[in-house]
Amino acid sequence: MLIGKSPKIPTSEIISETTYLNRRKFMGQSAALIAGSSLLGSAQAGLQEDDEITPEDIVTQFNNFYEFGTDKSDPFENAHTLTTDPWTVNVSGEAKKTGDFAFEDIIKGMTAEERIYRFRCVEAWSMVVPWMGISLKKILEQFEPTGNAKYVEFKTLVRPEEMPGQSSFFSSIDWPYTEGLRMDEAYNPLSIMVTGVFGKELPNQNGAPWRLMVPWKYGFKSVKSIVSIRFTDKEPLNTWQQLQASEYGFYANVNPAVSHPRWSQASERRLPSTLFNTNRRPTLPFNGYAEEVAHLYKGMDLRKFF
Amino acid sequence: MAKTRPNNTPKLALAVLASAPFAWLVYLIALEIAQPTSGLGPEPAEGLLHYLGEWSMIMLLVAFSITPVRRMFKQPLLARSRRMMGLFAFAYVALHLLAYIVLYVESSWQLLLEDFVERTYITAGIAGFCGLLVMAVTSTMGWRRRLGQNWLRLHKVIYLVVPLALLHLIWLRKDGFGDIALYILWFAILLGERVYQVRTSRSTAT
Repeated sequence: MLIGKSPKIPTSEIISETTYLNRRKFMGQSAALIAGSSLLGSAQAGLQEDDEITPEDIVTQFNNFYEFGTDKSDPFENAHTLTTDPWTVNVSGEAKKTGDFAFEDIIKGMTAEERIYRFRCVEAWSMVVPWMGISLKKILEQFEPTGNAKYVEFKTLVRPEEMPGQSSFFSSIDWPYTEGLRMDEAYNPLSIMVTGVFGKELPNQNGAPWRLMVPWKYGFKSVKSIVSIRFTDKEPLNTWQQLQASEYGFYANVNPAVSHPRWSQASERRLPSTLFNTNRRPTLPFNGYAEEVAHLYKGMDLRKFF
Repeated sequence: MAKTRPNNTPKLALAVLASAPFAWLVYLIALEIAQPTSGLGPEPAEGLLHYLGEWSMIMLLVAFSITPVRRMFKQPLLARSRRMMGLFAFAYVALHLLAYIVLYVESSWQLLLEDFVERTYITAGIAGFCGLLVMAVTSTMGWRRRLGQNWLRLHKVIYLVVPLALLHLIWLRKDGFGDIALYILWFAILLGERVYQVRTSRSTAT
């Protein structure tokens, strides 16, 4: 859903950092520019007219990454201790090519493209983030998953000496943090592995060196700092479902019609909000990406498979 | 007792201490207004709400501690600060609820009702507030006289209010239960002291 075209703008200008710094002003000036940048992605889903890119300091300093603590300021404060080089990824399960791979070998020859996605947390706040990422399908296909691969499971690094949240006595999470997708979800053109944000390398607190991004699902599905990819024929048990199955399911598609025991999902607060204006807006089915992904769930009762 | 002009310094000191978190909040709000997100973060409404909630819990436990501390450390003067601390706790809780209504559900009664019905932590929180409201209203000497023995009985509602506040917090939290564990321990110690008092001396001192 393109808003318009602006052929005069060279792509190099669109992704330059100065542009990001002026983004809010820039976004306000011309919606056409957004459409211009969205041409970069082969399957770039459209932004809403009033979607403004969230300031970089909020994207990188205010998020959930329980490995580093449960406050949303903890990841930024604590993640600098994380070593992301070398980074080994174990690939296992229903695939022809399995074993340990160096992260840089997996993404060798692939270029990250910019994807500006809405990001909706289950806690009812949202952002608009210019990720740099690689098609998940492209990444997974190189391992040649077999016909038995119905799902793919991802795991985050476990390294308590660098991730203080993992050694917390008062956490009930059974590390490693685990998430998963159905293969057809993983192969959807919207699904990417993120390696950068705002035209820069992905900061530790946002899941360096790489993280998943599935923008039509609640943020907790987009698992960070991935060290394990497993192809399987059974639905993986994701961490939040394991903790509280009545509240979190496997699919976790953004759905304003399915309420949550802790937060109403009918609307969301777009960050940054101010003290006197929470910047609340209605939440869209599949976070506004219904056109691209709704067909994946045809015939499924989304109240049951939440 | 007003005629003897007892030493008011401890009470005053307690009042200053109990006001400090509020003064700090005023400072944070001033920062926030001067430059958005600088005082209370990118989600200032939630920042404010959680700040007030945290101090509500602490003030409730402080108020609940006055009597046991008075007994354990033989500080009879503390008795004169009990009502004041209770009212401080009520003030923080009332501000917390007000912030929730104005900034969070943005005065939408429909959202508020939905929260109250569907989200147990909201139900527990509002029920706890109602108990505290009754205590605050009847905290005057006039009401105390009017209610006589029933006043003591009525104010036993605090034994419901504190657990409701704890439940409110437990049901809200997803993970990271360190502070909650401390609050529960604090509450358990206070409760233990009271049970001990009732068992040893059969006096009705509260």
